[in-house]
Amino acid sequence: MATLCKTISSATRQASKLNQFSRLLSTTQRCNVQMAVRDALNSAIDEEIERDEKVFLLGEEVAQYDGAYKVTKGLWKKWGDKRVLDTPITEMGFAGIAVGAAMAGLRPICEFMTFNFSMQAIDQVINSAAKTYYMSAGQVPVPIVFRGPNGAAAGVAAQHSQCFASWYSQCPGLIVASPFSSEDCRGLLKSAVRNENPVVLLENELMYGTAFDVSEEALSKDFLIPFGKAKIERTGSHITLVAHSKAVGLCLEAANELIGQGVECEVINLRSLRPLDDQTIIESVMKTNHLVAVEGGWHHCGIGAEVVALIMESQAFNYLDAPVLRVTGADVPMPYAKTLEDLALPQVKNVLTAVKKSLNIS
Amino acid sequence: MYRTVSRLLRIGVPRASCNSLVRTFTVSQARCASTSEVDKPNFPGSKSKFVSQPFLLDPDDMEGIPVYRAMNRDGVFVDESQDPKFDDNTILKMYKDMTLLNTMDRVLYDSQRQGRISFYMTNYGEEGTHIGSAAALDPKDLVFGQYREVGVLMWRGFPLIQFIHQCYGNCKDLGKGRQMPVHYGTKDFHFVTISSSLATQMPQASGAAYAYKRKKNGLCVICYFGEGAASEGDAHAAFNFAAVLDCPVIFFCRNNGYAISTPTKEQYRGDGIAARAAGYGIPCIRVDGNDVFAVYNATKRARELCISQSRPVVIEAMTYRIGHHSTSDDSSAYRSVDEVNYRDRSDNPITRFRNYMTNRGVWDEDKEKQWKLESRKMVMKAFAEAENEKKGQPESFFEDVYKKMPPHIEKQMNEMKQHVKQYKEHYPLEHFQPMS
Repeated sequence: MATLCKTISSATRQASKLNQFSRLLSTTQRCNVQMAVRDALNSAIDEEIERDEKVFLLGEEVAQYDGAYKVTKGLWKKWGDKRVLDTPITEMGFAGIAVGAAMAGLRPICEFMTFNFSMQAIDQVINSAAKTYYMSAGQVPVPIVFRGPNGAAAGVAAQHSQCFASWYSQCPGLIVASPFSSEDCRGLLKSAVRNENPVVLLENELMYGTAFDVSEEALSKDFLIPFGKAKIERTGSHITLVAHSKAVGLCLEAANELIGQGVECEVINLRSLRPLDDQTIIESVMKTNHLVAVEGGWHHCGIGAEVVALIMESQAFNYLDAPVLRVTGADVPMPYAKTLEDLALPQVKNVLTAVKKSLNIS
Repeated sequence: MYRTVSRLLRIGVPRASCNSLVRTFTVSQARCASTSEVDKPNFPGSKSKFVSQPFLLDPDDMEGIPVYRAMNRDGVFVDESQDPKFDDNTILKMYKDMTLLNTMDRVLYDSQRQGRISFYMTNYGEEGTHIGSAAALDPKDLVFGQYREVGVLMWRGFPLIQFIHQCYGNCKDLGKGRQMPVHYGTKDFHFVTISSSLATQMPQASGAAYAYKRKKNGLCVICYFGEGAASEGDAHAAFNFAAVLDCPVIFFCRNNGYAISTPTKEQYRGDGIAARAAGYGIPCIRVDGNDVFAVYNATKRARELCISQSRPVVIEAMTYRIGHHSTSDDSSAYRSVDEVNYRDRSDNPITRFRNYMTNRGVWDEDKEKQWKLESRKMVMKAFAEAENEKKGQPESFFEDVYKKMPPHIEKQMNEMKQHVKQYKEHYPLEHFQPMS
């Protein structure tokens, strides 16, 4: 119980830290409205269900229980059994159901309680959802959204903490997005539902409670964020930090600490992993000449590895003053003990070390 | 007391007897010093009654689910009431579709052996399951197949040459050369493109049926699968979901005795796939798969139930796989040639149907000889035409990864076109449609 309280309080501390930064450093229009990530997702799903009668949501515990992480709170009460479905416990089953429903003309949002459990359904996601449009030569589209929390949570250990960004980003036929802020969540989820291709939306459980400023534009029912477009959360001229999901917050924190040392970081929030916004990263590196890629997942074949490769293959290579560095999770299955878990994930100090190494400063 | 009386009335006990029965019942209960209300199990998970001795249900003690057969091997209806009374045209179409399929199978199997196509799967012995079931469906009912249901497409009118185009992966292939042979798919005929992964089509069929239920379009979904594929976890999920969500889907199992080399006795211990249905709360019919009429009647009945009550139904069609699993298999490695020949001679759906037609007077030796020649000619003509078609445009393989081609793929496509144009003498471009 004591550990649980400590976990919750540290998560809240982290969340409030992010709060401060989101208010200071976000480049969205100034606005008085604050919205938590979970409410952003909830409102997006609600509005899409309202907009199109073909849209429906299914998953474990999404209906009466309001969602395992309360993301779908109130939706079943409002829309009923026809639009919000609880499923038996079989990911391969309900992913298959959702794929079939999409093939027959509906627009399902399929929730995985966490993406760790999506491994049980991965054949349906990859071999059916991702590849069918291609294999059928355009006869069978699969307009489906797979969403749920991805990556590390807090104290849930090896089988509940894996980041699947690389796994899904690898496969052609899928669109993969990884939001950071509330605005990202609203825009990307809406785009995902309206997109004709299968989309994997990788959320983050620890971010669900974090509140962000939301512009009026982002609150509109037709607010869409296009896939393949990253967002520059913070401009800078000395070094580029690129990340997705929670790691963006880490970069913003590090950037804030570096102001004191006279280092101005440019922080890029990828938003989309497939397609990746090469152009924004390349242009930034051509400006700053230094790049550090930060992610929560493992380094081997990770998102950072793809970023490094794309820089090597582009004209930005000629503008590098230092090799591209990566800050990633430790190459171990996630340990349980809090102290070990903290060490297994990237911290602000890891980002600072990488920045200083890249810039050759102490 | 009223509930018990009505229950007895429902099973046909006359009212006077009901009252006296109930009185006796209540008295004997009183002797046990408890009332029926208190003694009824009230678990959320099951609706049943208590027993005072352990009730061990051993399936080994149970008889298997019976096999419905309408027409015997001599082509005679065992029970005249089961004759669906088809007209001559329907009978002839059924026979011709089965035999045309058989002829096409032989030609395409041989063409693989000759190196003309890379792979093929025949339908020998199972033609009855295809034609019987397809004839009982609405042409717009959505079909999810496994890979051995070609007759369904044939019945619906898919042009003969289109099958061969797909096997060759040429420019006329609806699948644009993306898939291995026999992976047919056609939106026009409501036949979802075949996917190699076994049983993944099963929960998809449940999901599609759910979508159809919501659309209220008066159609159902039919999902074909083999008894081997039914071992997959996807099958369990498909059955469970279809039952829980009231999906109008017919699960049609072709139990043909083998899953490549695995015989049914190594595939399952229970009474086939039909016996599993009750476990999910799904009604089932087991049918003689080599009897076209039985398959037709069973599918018709299942469809009515599906549509009227929005419930799934399992049909298990018992049949035998006369051919090899595919061209990559030689079944003499695991079953005797004698066994296969015996099955082919003694219980072939085509032979049985021909016997019926002969008895009915619409077929004879001469017609058989004539049709054999004619059907072979049809196949060979289509075959020659398909074989001579060019392959599609080389750049077409970059299409359909996404609905709209994204810039990075367009870039790769242009790079390829550039490269091939520059080194065209190194590429067999004469076999392809010209690049744009």
